Formats: sequence, structure tokens, C-alpha cells
Amino acid sequence: MKRLNFPLSVILLVVPCAVLAAFTHYPAVKSLINSFWSMGTRRRPSQFIGLENYQTLLADGTLHQIIWNSTLYAIVTIPAAIALSIGMALLVNAKLPGTALMRLSFFLPTMMPMIAVANIWLFFYAPGIGLISQIFVLFGLQPINFLGSASTSLWSMMAVAVWKEAGLFMIFYLAALQAVPPNLKEAARIEGAGPIRIFFDIVLPLLKPTTVFVAVNALINSFRLIDHVIVMTKGGPNNSSALLLYYIFEVTFGYRDSAYGSTLTVFMVLLLGLMALIQFKILDRKTHYQ
Amino acid sequence: MASAGVNIRVSNLQKSWGDLKVLDNISFDVAAGTFLTLLGPSGCGKSTALRLIAGLDEVSSGTISIEGQDVTGLAAAQRNIGMVFQNYALFPHMNVRKNILYGMRIRRAPIDTQNRNLARVTELMGLDMLLERYPAQLSGGQQQRVALARVLVAERPLVLMDEPLSNLDAKLRVEIRSEIRALNKSLGITVIYVTHDQSEALSMSDKVLLMKDGKTSQFGTPVDLYKNPQNTFAAGFIGTPPVNLIPAHILDPQVLGSYSCNIADIQVGIRPEDFSLSESATKSGLRGTVVGTEYEGVQTLLTIDIAGQAKVITSTVGAGNIVVGTEVFLDFDPATLHVFAKKDGEKIHRNP
Repeated sequence: MKRLNFPLSVILLVVPCAVLAAFTHYPAVKSLINSFWSMGTRRRPSQFIGLENYQTLLADGTLHQIIWNSTLYAIVTIPAAIALSIGMALLVNAKLPGTALMRLSFFLPTMMPMIAVANIWLFFYAPGIGLISQIFVLFGLQPINFLGSASTSLWSMMAVAVWKEAGLFMIFYLAALQAVPPNLKEAARIEGAGPIRIFFDIVLPLLKPTTVFVAVNALINSFRLIDHVIVMTKGGPNNSSALLLYYIFEVTFGYRDSAYGSTLTVFMVLLLGLMALIQFKILDRKTHYQ
Repeated sequence: MASAGVNIRVSNLQKSWGDLKVLDNISFDVAAGTFLTLLGPSGCGKSTALRLIAGLDEVSSGTISIEGQDVTGLAAAQRNIGMVFQNYALFPHMNVRKNILYGMRIRRAPIDTQNRNLARVTELMGLDMLLERYPAQLSGGQQQRVALARVLVAERPLVLMDEPLSNLDAKLRVEIRSEIRALNKSLGITVIYVTHDQSEALSMSDKVLLMKDGKTSQFGTPVDLYKNPQNTFAAGFIGTPPVNLIPAHILDPQVLGSYSCNIADIQVGIRPEDFSLSESATKSGLRGTVVGTEYEGVQTLLTIDIAGQAKVITSTVGAGNIVVGTEVFLDFDPATLHVFAKKDGEKIHRNP
């Protein structure tokens, strides 16, 4: 192999390192530092306040509401997206006519940007003129303001997330389903197992490694994706549909409180790290057989 | 043991995938306790035939009867059969015990029956120490034994095996080969066994169904197939090395005197061991030059070129002392000849 000359190799090394440091490492470290300092204003410069921001965090009632929202969001959307994606994968894996079209239509929501998805669903949910309202009226039911009431806004958002995420997970499950040796199913069939038993006894356990992978991804996404919150509800009404990352965004750029925003960021990073650790510890045990 | 074999009759079995006919008119009838081998090169339809008998695929036409009952339309689970797959098909997420008992659990067999049968097969197959292991923790031979135990535990009277030994090394293959044969005899179960290995078929079977291109080439006992190949395919497939096929015109016409056919329309088959070497001219008039030797321990194979007209293989006992280039005379007993039509490869019988 030809050796690069010295100046060029330094440039090729320094540029990516600089970009990485400036946009990943520096903000991370800066967030950690900021969380120990007060918010600076023109009259009162920023000063070291130790753990005061963290004390605020513990006492923040809005944050409690938002942690509950985020937890509910994760607990509901992850299993729902997994169940739905396994169902869709089974459907498109079966030798039925029109499979290619079905696969495409299941995968389409995943390919669309979240902003577009959220906008489409805004039309579905719109009170009075929206698709769902019209269906309700058609059956003589009272239309609901899905995004406008505190009791339904979070659930409406969850439906959008599941709808969008399931298509991607379906692809993983489809690949895993096609890797299940047909002989195993035949051996079970000869022993007298019906299709439902074969699915629960043979296929589902063999999908476990895929489920671990999907669950970790879904968990990360449940904290990472907030585009639909911004487009559809802006966390409202009364913070009923705000998620943790959205709250950080709002505190930092809405209230311009970068110190408390940094504190929340540190909190979220710790939370995510802890969850990833637990998930790998628990789920990775006895999931790989070969 | 409670399980005894069942007889099985297959008539005019056909299977097509679209326009492609993969099985054409396969028929056989074997008694209870028979070890039947479906033998043939890959793609001959032997596995397809086994899957039809198992009920894993649907027949295009023809019938399969077990103990006189037509099972052609029955689901696999209702045929009371066991099957061993080429890759064993052990459930990777279940330990040996759960693998073996899976079928009995599904059928909700009483717990004491499960335990009794489990104890019996694990002792039979030598698996006592391995019950808590997972398939990935077992060697190939152990996996094979678990697969056999899983089939034997339910005392099924008919067991189907699809090339069960092809993933094992040569030594283990011979070992398990005799174990399977012994199980067949001691339990009295009927076994239908698929293989492409003719030596496996010869050594294990009571009956062999030799197949080619989805059709029956020959059906008979291993001795039948070896001694009386009914066509050039059977002659060329059975035996290592197989029958030498040579044009008839290089033989002395007198040795073919008892066949009423045109010399130009036939070819002649002679087993390597039916030749004898001689240093002086023989009645048969065959004479050639040794062009290759292959030492195999118990015998040495000689490739002999006969005047550029044919190459034959014969064997001598032990290491021999014949070197390449030696001129030899070949003799044989005319009674050991197999004569086949050139046109379709079918055997031509001697005049009475």
C-alpha cells in the first residue's frame, strides 16, 4: 500500500477529530460542567452552585409528570410495536398473493420522515373534519378531540409512534423468520403440533435474539424521537404529552435555561445508560443458542 | 418393547411441482419390520418420496397405505410415524430432555408414561448424562442419538430417516449405522431410510429401492441389486468400483453364444472381482495393459486398457506386484456376465 505523505495524513486525521470533538465531546463535557453552574444573565454572571440544579430537578413537579409520560410511552409503545411487527412479519412471510405490495405498504411509514408522518396524523386526529372524527360521526359517536385533551393526547401520540416504528421492526423479524430452519417446524408438525403451538414453542423462542435487538432499539427511539411531539401537540395540553427529550428542548431553547437543560441532559444520559445496562444483562442471558 | 412394525404399501406415487414431474409411478410393498432404503443420486426424488410418506407434502396422485389403511389424505401427525432429519432438527432452545419429550407433552401423555419411556430410550441411546444439555453443547454423534431417541420415545411403528448419517464423520457413520440396524431388528419397527450412499444401503437394508430421475430403477434385496443389476444404471451405481461396462465386440463372440441378439446392440457388464488375471492367453481373449494401480490395503485396483477399445477396473488381493505397463490377460466365467441393451440400458436375459 502506498504511504500517504505526512501533511496530508495529518489533515485527514485532524479534521474528523476536530469535528468529533467540537460537536460530540465538547458539548457533552460542557453539559456536565454547566449542570454545576447557575444560569448566567447580563446582570448576574454564571457562578458555581454545586448540586443546586440537581436539587431543583428532584423537586420539579413537571419533570415527575414527564418521567411518568415517558415511562408510559415506552411501556406501551415497545411491546405494541413488537407484537404488531411480529404479526406483520408472519403475514408477509406467509405465501399469500400480493406479498410484495403488503411488505411495501407495511414498510412505507418507516421510510417517511417523522415530521411527515406527524402531519398526516394531524389530519386524522383533527376534531370535526379529521378522518377519525368522521368515522365516529358515521357510527353516531361523539367525536373526540384526540390531541386537545389531556386524557387522550399521549395515547394518540403513541399510536403514531407504533404505526411508524413497526414497519422497521417487521423487516428484522421477517429476516429472522426466514432463518428458522423449516425442518424444525416439520419435526414439530409430525409430533402433532398445530400452527399456533409451532409458533409459540418453536418460532417465537428462536426470534428471541431479534426481540432483544428490537427492544433495545425501540427503547432508544422512545427517548430519541420527539419530532411528532413538536409537530402535533408541543407537549400539551398541560404537559400531558411531553416526553423527556422534548422537555429538555423546551427548557433549554424555550425558557433559555441552559443550566437546568444541561442538568436534565445529564440525568437522561444516566437514565439511558442504566437502562441499556439492565436490558443487556437480563435479556442477553440465554438468547443465543448456536 | 410394545412397538412392533407396520407394513406399508405405496402405489403409483406421483409428485409434480408445476410442470416438473419429480416422482413418477413409484410403487412398493414391504412387510412389517422391514428396513427399506430409498437409494439414488441427488435429485432422484428419494427425499420427496419420503416427505410424501411422512405427510409433509401432498401427493399429486397415488396412494400410501399403512397396515391396509389409506393414509394418503391424513395429516402428518395422524400417521403415527417418526422422522429423523438430515440436520437432526433438534430444537435449539430446549435441552435434551425437553427435545425428547416434546411430542409426548404435546399429546398430553401421562407423566409416568413419559418418565418411563424417557428412561428407556436414554438408556438405549446412552444419553443418561446429557439430559440437561442443549443441542449446541453436544457433538454431532450425540445430536444424532438425541434425534433417534426423540423418534423412539413415542414407540412409533414406522420411522422415516432422511440421510441421517451424512453429517457425521466416517468412523461414527459406520458405528451409528449398525446401531440403527440393531434398533430396527430388536424393536421390530419398520424403517424407511433415504441415502445416496450405496454401501450404506447394501449394509443396512432388507430391501432397496434404487431410484433414478423420479422413477424406480430396481427394487429388491441388496444381494439382488448387487448380483443381478436390471439395467446399466443399477450396474453403475452399486458396488465400489462399479460394474465395468464394455462394448460387446471386443469379447470372443462365443462367450455371448447364449444370448440371441445383435452384438452391435449390446454392452456387457463384468464386476471387477469377476475378472481373473492370467499370464498366458485365455479363452475370453481379453488382453490389455495395466495403466493405473490403486492400493487399498485389502486389495489393489488395476485399471487395464484393452487395446484402446475399453478401460476396465479389476482387483488383486493385497499389494500385488503388478506395475504400470505390464501386459495381462483377463479371464472370466461367462456366467458372471451381465448383458444390457445399448438402446435403453435394460438387462437382456440369457436364452433358456
